[in-house]
Amino acid sequence: MEEKPQGCARVTRAVLGEERAEAPAVTQPVQETDKEARMAARVGGKAPDFTAPAYHRGAFTSVQLSKSFGKWILLCFYPGDFTFV
Amino acid sequence: MSAVADKYKELQQLGVEVFSVSVDSHFVHKMWNDHELTKMVEGGVPFHMLADQAGHIGRAYGVYDEGQGIELRGRFIIDPDGVIQAMEVLTPPVGRKFAETVRQIRAFQLVRASKGTEATPAGWMPGEAVLKPGPDLVGNVWKVWKPHE
Repeated sequence: MEEKPQGCARVTRAVLGEERAEAPAVTQPVQETDKEARMAARVGGKAPDFTAPAYHRGAFTSVQLSKSFGKWILLCFYPGDFTFV
Repeated sequence: MSAVADKYKELQQLGVEVFSVSVDSHFVHKMWNDHELTKMVEGGVPFHMLADQAGHIGRAYGVYDEGQGIELRGRFIIDPDGVIQAMEVLTPPVGRKFAETVRQIRAFQLVRASKGTEATPAGWMPGEAVLKPGPDLVGNVWKVWKPHE
């Protein structure tokens, strides 16, 4: 988990618990990612995997969701930092 | 986010890993944590704050608002098999209630521990009676659970 962040957030096009056969390309064409990834998440379905740069307790890290496979996960999206709610 | 950070210990006790996501960069996350959230929550945000500046993750989870370029208040509970057990999505002006998230996690953990032999009725709170679905319960839920109790 405590890895240096690399590039921007991207979906790996795998879901948790099911590894993709080949490693995902480092740079994916945005259009293709967009098409395949849109609304992939649904209740009762496997969570789409992704990697993202992150901030954690004073350090910049790289997070891959599937590294938490086997645990309960709470994933929270919000509109933006420095907003009021 | 500060509400979740404040109750993080409770989630840790339940064995839950927490990730927050917004379209802000990890640099801005640091500034928000250091300059504001540390004043609301002792020690600052204890979980990873993820940067999704292009909205790729938000799109995959159906919470990216293309018009505003922001992510809606989406909350996903994912079980140890990687299955999304619950989601809640709100537009920006209304905040979520943390206690309801914990209630749902505890209910899903109970159901999982029972290997699906138990279910929780509407409004169930930890410690209250659960339902045991099966032939004997059909038509007899009224005997063990009433909505006004």
